[in-house]
Parts: sequence; structure tokens; C-alpha cells
Amino acid sequence: MTIPTSSIEQVIPGQGAMAQPSAKPAKAKRQRFLFVRNTKAATGLVVLGVYVLLAIIGPWIAPYDPSGRSNDLVQGPSAAHWFGTTHLGQDIFSQILVGTRSVMYVGFLAGLIATTLSVLIGVTAGYLGGKTDDSLSALTNVILVIPAIPLMIIITSVLNNASDTLIAVVIGLTSWSWNARVLRAQTLSLRRRDFVEASRASGETTWRIVIFELLPNLTAVIASGLVGTVIYAVLSEITLAFIGITSNDGWNWGTILFWAQGQQALGQHAWWWFVPAGLAIACLGTALSLINFGIDEFVSPRLRSAGKTKLKTAAGHTVRMRIGFTPVLENSAAPHTHARVISTPVMREAK
Amino acid sequence: MKYFLQRIGFYVFTAWAAITLNFFIPRMVPGDPVQSLIAKYKGQLSTDAMQSLYILFGLDQHKSMWAEYVDYWKQIFHGDLGLSFTFFPAPVSQVISQALPWTLLLVGITTIISFLLGTSLGVVAGWRRGSWTDGLLPVTTFFSSVPYFWLGIIAIYLLAGPDSFFPSSGGFDSGLVPAWDQYFIPSAIQHSLLPALTILISSVSGWILSMRNMMVTVASEDYITVAHAKGLSERRVALSYAARNALLPNVSGFALSLGFIVGGTLLVEIVFSYPGLGFTLLQALGARDYPLMQGIFLIITIAVLVANLLADIAYLLLDPRTRKDG
Repeated sequence: MTIPTSSIEQVIPGQGAMAQPSAKPAKAKRQRFLFVRNTKAATGLVVLGVYVLLAIIGPWIAPYDPSGRSNDLVQGPSAAHWFGTTHLGQDIFSQILVGTRSVMYVGFLAGLIATTLSVLIGVTAGYLGGKTDDSLSALTNVILVIPAIPLMIIITSVLNNASDTLIAVVIGLTSWSWNARVLRAQTLSLRRRDFVEASRASGETTWRIVIFELLPNLTAVIASGLVGTVIYAVLSEITLAFIGITSNDGWNWGTILFWAQGQQALGQHAWWWFVPAGLAIACLGTALSLINFGIDEFVSPRLRSAGKTKLKTAAGHTVRMRIGFTPVLENSAAPHTHARVISTPVMREAK
Repeated sequence: MKYFLQRIGFYVFTAWAAITLNFFIPRMVPGDPVQSLIAKYKGQLSTDAMQSLYILFGLDQHKSMWAEYVDYWKQIFHGDLGLSFTFFPAPVSQVISQALPWTLLLVGITTIISFLLGTSLGVVAGWRRGSWTDGLLPVTTFFSSVPYFWLGIIAIYLLAGPDSFFPSSGGFDSGLVPAWDQYFIPSAIQHSLLPALTILISSVSGWILSMRNMMVTVASEDYITVAHAKGLSERRVALSYAARNALLPNVSGFALSLGFIVGGTLLVEIVFSYPGLGFTLLQALGARDYPLMQGIFLIITIAVLVANLLADIAYLLLDPRTRKDG
């Protein structure tokens, strides 16, 4: 339900770093950690790592049984119950820990299914063109326009107590279209490039061209699509659990919110009941978005936040540096002290 | 014109696909739940209503799939979506037509405001890259990662209450009857403020981000340099040259993300018990009211298609290239 945060498809073909075939082998070693050196991407990866760890060990380190009842009903956070308790005295901290596994499992499984489908459909449509492209594009656009959440709700409600895996399949099958569209556009811009033409002229099979020439150049787009879909899948799973149409025996963050809403947590001012689950979702989503920004900026350096752009000159003027503009300082004792930006274009970005 | 006809053709095709999907989904699984519901209401259902439900859910064993499909279409064209079990004995079409205006007004107005606001903020953020506006980005990232409904819960917790200005649930004061008068309209507006604010906050960040990125890309195009070289004012270059071109992908993005937004707003309605389609959908889910669920899905899809068509018309007006004949 969020708008995909990636903007890779907006990079004008032929201008991003995508345009260049991969770097020379000698340089590859030095550039290997370039992506991780981006602070946004590094922060995102670290946070995501914590979540993955919790998904694996969460059920073992949870202090209580998430469904186990006790006599502390609707208690606020305390030393015994870090995130407080529910109307049945269940420990919310344990519920969050145990629920992480289900959220991560559905998120990544749905992400993988959707990404595989989008690569198959998007790249095929973009590379083959013609009638195949027309029909696959029409299919993509139809799935894209039909509202996905209501469709998922209808399908899951018909499926009756769907398991996590089934939910992931439903989410995966309904959310591949955006990435397929982006991939098709990128493939279209790649397939007339010289290196593709060259391999076609040397008689390579279509499969080989797609796998060894096109896919390596689409890695960033595919990765960013995967990350975006995982965010979307997590939000969808939590939404489905929140309205209470998925199976009731497991825990995930949506189930916690479902009970909080159903048992009038708001009326009882039990903020600890719904705040932790929401923050857990938000932090996971932010971490994944940060990774996506990292990928975007890696591919299209122009999108980076420009850092400090105001400079003080020796004469005490303040100058704001901008791409595409040359600041020109006036020496006259004009009433305004700021440098006027005059439109002499220098400093175009290297292409 | 050719472009326009192509788009209309596409939407008709999508509507057909959605209706066909709606036809097949209940048939993928054995019809037990519906059968049991019908059995439960057997004494109260008229023969006509039974027949209509049989057609909608494919319970008639003696017909071929194709004959069922033809019947299904006939019924859709008559506007007959079956009987709702939750609001028995009201027909689904009647239940939906009561809930639809609420959703349309809430979502429609909020989405347009959000788009306009987000786009203008994005223009500023993209044009003045490197100033304080870059600080907006982490904040917007956080808000776009939060589920709409959770933000709604927080908003109710923080802002609504028995003695607060914002009511926490419903679409109007319980003592009032829906009418276009001076009592009802202010009450309806007061009740819609908080849901609208929630949708606004969670959806605006996407527009800011995409518009900013597009502005940054456009700002180093040659025609921007030329516009500067001509000595045009900063404002004119930013708005008439950069923003106008950067807007196009955002408008087509608007059409494509409507589906996402509508999904989110249904959930906001549920949290606020707002009398729109989302809340009705929740009631239908609780009662396993399949005819109502299917009807709501169909109506939402068609509403999104119409909104897409409107966005296409806007695109047509903005981009002269699409108006060329040929």
C-alpha cells in the first residue's frame, strides 16, 4: 500500500551508471565495498541483519510462551514484562519476538516469488518484443491496475485459514507487476546496446544473451525490486492478519494488532499493546527503504543528498553550490550579501 | 485521440479481467461456505434470490462452465450482485451504494490534496537539493513504511477522546440523519478530519520522494541550462521548465499507485469505523458474507479504473506529444 520507493525506472536510459557495462576486472576489487560504504545502505543492512537474527533465534530467546496466560492482565511495561501484557496476561515482548519469524518468512518468500515472476515476464517482454511483448505488457498492466489488497482479501477469505506459505504465495502472485514493468523498460533500453548486438551477431543463443549479457546489467533493478516487494509483502501480511482472515494459531505483528484492536486496547489506554508492533514494522520498513535508497544512489549518483553545499568565501559571502550552476560573486557593495547565481553552466556531471 | 481510445480499450479489457477473476475465485474452492449460508437462510430466501446466488457462486451443478459464465454476465449487467447475508435481506448493490459515497469523498479528496501537496513539496526539495529540505527524506521514509491503519490507531490514541474535538469513530453524530443540511454536513466533515489526516500523512511522502528524484534528474537537462542562460527568473525556470517536465512521470505514477492507496484507505476506514466500503468489507468478512465481499471488490476495481481514466485525461492535457494525431 505504500508507493514503491525505488525510482530506478526514472533514470533516463543511457545516463545512469546502468548504461556502462560492468567495470574492468582490475577495478572490481577496489569497488566491491562501495555499496556498503554508503551510510544509508550500511544502516539498512545492519538493521535488517538484526531482524533476520531475531527471526531465527526469536522463539528460543522469548522469555514466555506467547500464548501462555498469566494473572497480570493488561499490565504496562515492567521488568517482568518488557512490553506489558494483553487482556489474557500474555507477554507482548514474547509475541513480538516469536512473530518476527512469520513476518520475515512471508516477506522474503513473497518477495522471491514476485521477483522471479517479474524477471521472467518483464525481461521476456522487453527482450522479445512484438506480439509477446504486447500480451505480456497487457497482463502486467491489468494486474497493476486491479487493487491488490482487496483482491488478496477476497482470495484469502475464500481459502479459509490460510497458512503462512499460502499467504506468501497469494501476495507473491499479486504483487509482481510493478517490477515487471520497470524491468521491461530497462530491458528495452539495454537490448539495442552495442554489447548485446555484438553477442547476437556472434550467434549466441537468446538464453545466453539474456542470462549473461542482460541479467548482470539488471542486477541493481532486480535487487531494488526485491527489497521493495519485501516491504510491500510484510505490510500486506500484517494487514491481512490485522483484519483477522489469516490462520489464528501462529503469531505475527498483525495478529498482535488484531487482538489489540478487538479488545479495545485504545479504550483501556494500553498503548504498549499496539505501539511496539507498529514500531517494529516501521523500523523494518525504514531499513529496507534505506537499502533501496542505497541501491538507487549507487546506480544514479545524482540522487545523493548533496551534503554541505553552503560555503563561505574569503570576503565573507555565502555561496550555495549547485550542480549545473556556477556561482558568481559580485564585488560591488550591493545591499544583498548573498552571491547571485548566474546562469553560466559549468560542472555538468560526467556521463 | 488514438491514444485516448487505446486507453479506453485497455480499461474495458481490465474491467473484463476483473469480473472474470471475480467469477473464477469462488469456483476454485468447493462451494461449501456459501452452500451452508444459503441452507441457513432457506426459509427466508425467495426463489429469485436463490437463483441469483447460485449463478454468482456456481452452485448449480447441472450447467456447463460456459453457460454459467454467460448467466453471470447477464446478472452483472442487471446490477444484481446477489443478497447480502450481513444486512439480510438487503441486496448487495443497495448496501454498496450506501457505503460508496463515503469512501469516494474521503479517499478522492484526500488523495488529490496529498498528490498536490506532495508534488509541490517534491518540487521544492528537488530544486533546492542540499538545503534543509533533504532533512525531509528520512522522515518521509519512516512514514511511508508505517501501515496506514497503525497511524490511524496512534492518531485516535493521541488526538481523539471523549472530550476532544476529534471523534474517534463513525461518519457523523449518532443523533443525526444523513441529509444535506446545516447539522449533518459539519458533523460529517468533523468526523472525516482525522481519517483524512491519517491518509494524508502516510501517502504524501511517496509523492515528495518521486517528485524530488524526478526534479533532480530534470534539473541537469540542457533545456534547463538554456532557460537559465536566457536570464529567466529562478521561479520561472523551476516551475515552467523543470517542474512541468518532471510532473509527467508523477502523473502516470499517480494512476498506477491508486490501487495501493485505495487498499490502505480501506484499512483506515476500518480503524475509524468510518461508514465506507472498508468498514462494510470488514463486516462482510466477519460474517463470511461472500456476495458482499465480491461486490465490494468489483466496485473498488471499477472505481480505480475510472480514476485511472481521469488521470489519463490529465496526462493528455499536460503532455502535447500524446495529442498528436497518428
